[in-house]
Amino acid sequence: MSEYSLEDMLQALQEQLGEKMEVSSDSFFTFLRVAPGEVLGLAKNLRENYGFNHLANLSSVDYGETFEIVYHIYSIPENDKIAIKTSVPRNKAEIDSVFSVWPTADWQEREVYDLMGIKFKKHPNLIRVLLPDDFEGHPLRKDFKMEGR
Amino acid sequence: MLETDQFKINIGPVHPSTHGGLHVEAVLDGEIVTDAIVHLGYVHRAVEKIAEDRTYAQFVPYTSRLDYLATHLPTLGYVQSVEKLIGVEVPERAEYIRVIMAEFSRIASHLIFIGSLAIDLGATTGLIYCMRDRERIMDMFEMTSGQRLVASYMRVGGIAQDLPDEFIPAARSFIHDLPKMIDEYEGLIMGNEILQARLKGIGILTPEDAINYGVTGPNLRASGIAYDIRRAEPYGIYDRFDFELPLGTTGDCWDRLNVRVAELVQSARIIEQALDQIPEGETKAKVPRVIKPEKGLEVYHRIESSKGELGYYLVSDGGEKPYRLHVRAPSFVNLMVLPLISRGGKLQDVVANIAALDPVLGESDR
Repeated sequence: MSEYSLEDMLQALQEQLGEKMEVSSDSFFTFLRVAPGEVLGLAKNLRENYGFNHLANLSSVDYGETFEIVYHIYSIPENDKIAIKTSVPRNKAEIDSVFSVWPTADWQEREVYDLMGIKFKKHPNLIRVLLPDDFEGHPLRKDFKMEGR
Repeated sequence: MLETDQFKINIGPVHPSTHGGLHVEAVLDGEIVTDAIVHLGYVHRAVEKIAEDRTYAQFVPYTSRLDYLATHLPTLGYVQSVEKLIGVEVPERAEYIRVIMAEFSRIASHLIFIGSLAIDLGATTGLIYCMRDRERIMDMFEMTSGQRLVASYMRVGGIAQDLPDEFIPAARSFIHDLPKMIDEYEGLIMGNEILQARLKGIGILTPEDAINYGVTGPNLRASGIAYDIRRAEPYGIYDRFDFELPLGTTGDCWDRLNVRVAELVQSARIIEQALDQIPEGETKAKVPRVIKPEKGLEVYHRIESSKGELGYYLVSDGGEKPYRLHVRAPSFVNLMVLPLISRGGKLQDVVANIAALDPVLGESDR
């Protein structure tokens, strides 16, 4: 475990990724926004070099033309937190799986696939997890209407 | 050598040891489990979709129904996330009452855990003792909220109403009697040789696997990692209390049981401190009747539930309903290791592993 501060880490990452990464923060999190293709590399870097070993939450939001995918990541020994954000287009909703970095992504990615319909490439077993296998559609998409509403 | 075929045995979805509608397909080679395939979704109620169609305040009762065995904990996580979005200061008294309720929920949930683990392994009497004692907590919840199982007692900005006069004596008497109750469980459940044989060395989860698979809560601490969100990222007023983190050494089912028994004592310690320090005063902050967080605000807020890290990811679009709500359910993530810890064991150990992971299906299926 290397000694570092969050600022040093952000600077190092910024030097590596340059304009490919956009850093923003609110009162709760620091967000690293990257293109979908960069997520797996950034995830590996965070886990291997900075000790971010706990992928707490993997979620997605439907913004119409794009889906946003958010990874909330914590470091258990250092007690730091950071979030990765990326957007994938609605008509080509796919991204590399981070299963190889954090195995906990297994079911969390299956859930996003199940409810939001985002495909995770190289996921070992990308099938529905909560809904029946023959269910049609992805209910958390905004164009999926609830019955009677 | 006899040739053996692999065959499958379904445990659940309707089976007393599955704690709700959990379906596990055990793949057997002779008596040895070679894989356990978990099928979820039997209690899926589309909670996240419903949230997008309810106002922030209307969604509170749904949260109680996520983890119905520890009813105040999911509600606490939700109201705190909304409070973070709109920036509300909760009155001191309400904060203390929340802690008391949250810790009683944890005790109630752990009592169910101990009892159901016993009955899953055939020790029927164990459950009766735990249910008897949990009943006193249910009575206290009824006193305060009118509801026993799904209390919906917390509100954005505070709690629904102040404690009735008879609550504090009841709470103190429960805390006073808890050591005696634990002595009884020690003799009846933990002291039982058969139960020990069924749990020791079964379902070992290494610390590395626990972290890789995102396991949190007592299951993580049973694997020897001192990580508790009440410590790591204190929410509410948890930084004011003195408590220890019980840890396991081997990460087997026996450790998972003992960590929870030890946590009963720690929760009682927190309640005792809260009862001593609780001030008089308001129990609800002034919150707008229609809650409308600013557009584009979002928060991921997590609390230490009785099962592990319970997180809410809330996104606002400036309207009166959440644009997106995601529940990071600890039971869902913890169940992921069931195949891992069951492989190589016997069929009967799968039942012990399910019970020792302590999943609540209302929460994992949402």
